[in-house]
Amino acid sequence: MKADHPQAVNEAPIDFSAATMAEMNRVIGLFPEGKEKSAILSVLHLVQDELGWVSVGAMNRVAQILNIEPIEVYEVATFYTMFHLDPVGKNVLEVCRTGPCQLVGSDDLIAYIEEKLEIKVGQTTKDGLFTLKTVECLGACGYAPMLMCKYQFYERLTKEKVNEMLDAMREASKS
Amino acid sequence: MARKLLIEHAAVPGITTYEVYRKHGGYASVEKALKTMSPEEVVEEVKKSGLRGRGGAGFPTGMKWSFLAKPEGVERHLVCNADESEPGTFKDRYLMEKLPHLLIEGMITSSYALGARRSYIYIRGEFMYILRILEKAIAEAYANGMLGKNILGSGYDLDLVVTPGGGAYICGEETALIESLEGKRGNPRMKPPFPAVKGLWGNPTVVNNVESIAAVVPIVNEGGEAYAAIGIERSTGTKLISASGNLVRPGVYEIELGLSVEEFIYGDDYCRGIANGKKLKACVPGGSSVPILPHYLVTKTAAGTDRLMTYESLADGGFASGSMLGSGGFIVFDEDQCIVRNTWNFARFYAHESCGQCSPCREGTGWMEKVLYRLEHGNGTLEDISLLEEINKKIEGNTICPLGDAAAWPVAAAIRHFRDEFEWHVKSPQEAQTRNYGLIQVPLEA
Repeated sequence: MKADHPQAVNEAPIDFSAATMAEMNRVIGLFPEGKEKSAILSVLHLVQDELGWVSVGAMNRVAQILNIEPIEVYEVATFYTMFHLDPVGKNVLEVCRTGPCQLVGSDDLIAYIEEKLEIKVGQTTKDGLFTLKTVECLGACGYAPMLMCKYQFYERLTKEKVNEMLDAMREASKS
Repeated sequence: MARKLLIEHAAVPGITTYEVYRKHGGYASVEKALKTMSPEEVVEEVKKSGLRGRGGAGFPTGMKWSFLAKPEGVERHLVCNADESEPGTFKDRYLMEKLPHLLIEGMITSSYALGARRSYIYIRGEFMYILRILEKAIAEAYANGMLGKNILGSGYDLDLVVTPGGGAYICGEETALIESLEGKRGNPRMKPPFPAVKGLWGNPTVVNNVESIAAVVPIVNEGGEAYAAIGIERSTGTKLISASGNLVRPGVYEIELGLSVEEFIYGDDYCRGIANGKKLKACVPGGSSVPILPHYLVTKTAAGTDRLMTYESLADGGFASGSMLGSGGFIVFDEDQCIVRNTWNFARFYAHESCGQCSPCREGTGWMEKVLYRLEHGNGTLEDISLLEEINKKIEGNTICPLGDAAAWPVAAAIRHFRDEFEWHVKSPQEAQTRNYGLIQVPLEA
């Protein structure tokens, strides 16, 4: 995260696509006048949907859009764990590591994905296709072990299912 | 077969659409409330029902509603807490995904009772796909005159918005949720003032769990008394239980409160026993924050009576030999599970999720995680076990919100019931790395 750097606020705000801007305006409009800041999490999700992560330049632009100080965006973006504050791979695999998943094999699942992708938790594959992260409970405990990628839940995972999932993601990334 | 008041129609094809939901009796509570009842009468029915908050705390919903301040000319809000993040809990997700209109119907009927004209559903960001389902359902409700201006010609207006979180367990705490909904970090607020007086944007606000709001639908349709007739003592109605861990059939079940724990774990209609023919070692019956129970206290209380799925029975024996119904996150451990590893796992969760505002929680959760890590990895000492108990006492009760307590209780309970297993990790660290302790013995005094 570069937001703590003294130069952070000087990073030029970047522009978002017209489609992202339209959606941002829609979610901001869901709140009463003067309460636009309430849409900040929706807006940051949209930023991440477009860029894959949330850069300082993007946060500076969000501050302009919501008419708030950049620090108000940084403090929110750094608090909520869903926002990637550094560049990530095309597919971020977020594996649940919490108790109920651990009871049915999330430790093995994480080790297997590490082995398959030849990376450790927190790293990105050389081809930039995958980043592996562990996260806390995603609310899928009865269908464990599981992971989330691009808001999609992959549940009751086995080695076979992981292989299929990775292949499908590789295939999808070609197009 | 037990009655299902909430998820009976969950498997009906197309039930996520307005049309099919309506055909199955949907939105009857809105019609009944808006056309034939005053807001006060709706509150009265909820009070009569005995409904207790389904998010975990179990506070009577009707009473919470009656605390809502109603100053002239000040807007009020109903906020639905759909930030389901308590480890072991996934019932709200099920309800919203399968029956989005049930939540929306409950929001309309409840908002009417509270006089709220702008209500919000705050859903955890990871459930973005469910947010889309809810958005679609809300649009349908608007299109059919169930939301917006002058609903069903009653003169009552309501706008409903669903908005995501960003991945923070703490936002399930109601004042942290409100902060988050205002676009800030999820730091819980000091109480008082309670949200009922000063909540969202300083306006009087009620925050209720998804399941509590959904339960208002059958309560209004059938009457509070009919609802209260189900269950035992102060545990009325039905409850969604999220069953996970080493079970033959984990998943979401709607039970009538009062069902025996034995029946829930082993019954054909429910979880069908422990997976892979193993034995039950322990159970966390109400989400990761509640005390763990060793096998001999799961289906029976310390007094030898049958343990029931009720607020009272699960708490029977207090923290010495009982636990809590909590959110209904029912986590089951088989004989091969390591209690020290699991305790460390949950401690890591709380250390990760502490908002960092109060020192006892911020420092204490991290400290506990480190001590448990070294115990689990064979580097602990016997003093570490007493150290954990000490840290525990310094967190509990000394923080703004209950996350500190939620972090402390599971550790205290694990040591209370599984001290032998903790000591074994210290005395036989190498053995503890290669195998698990197995079932603990029933203490003679138990």
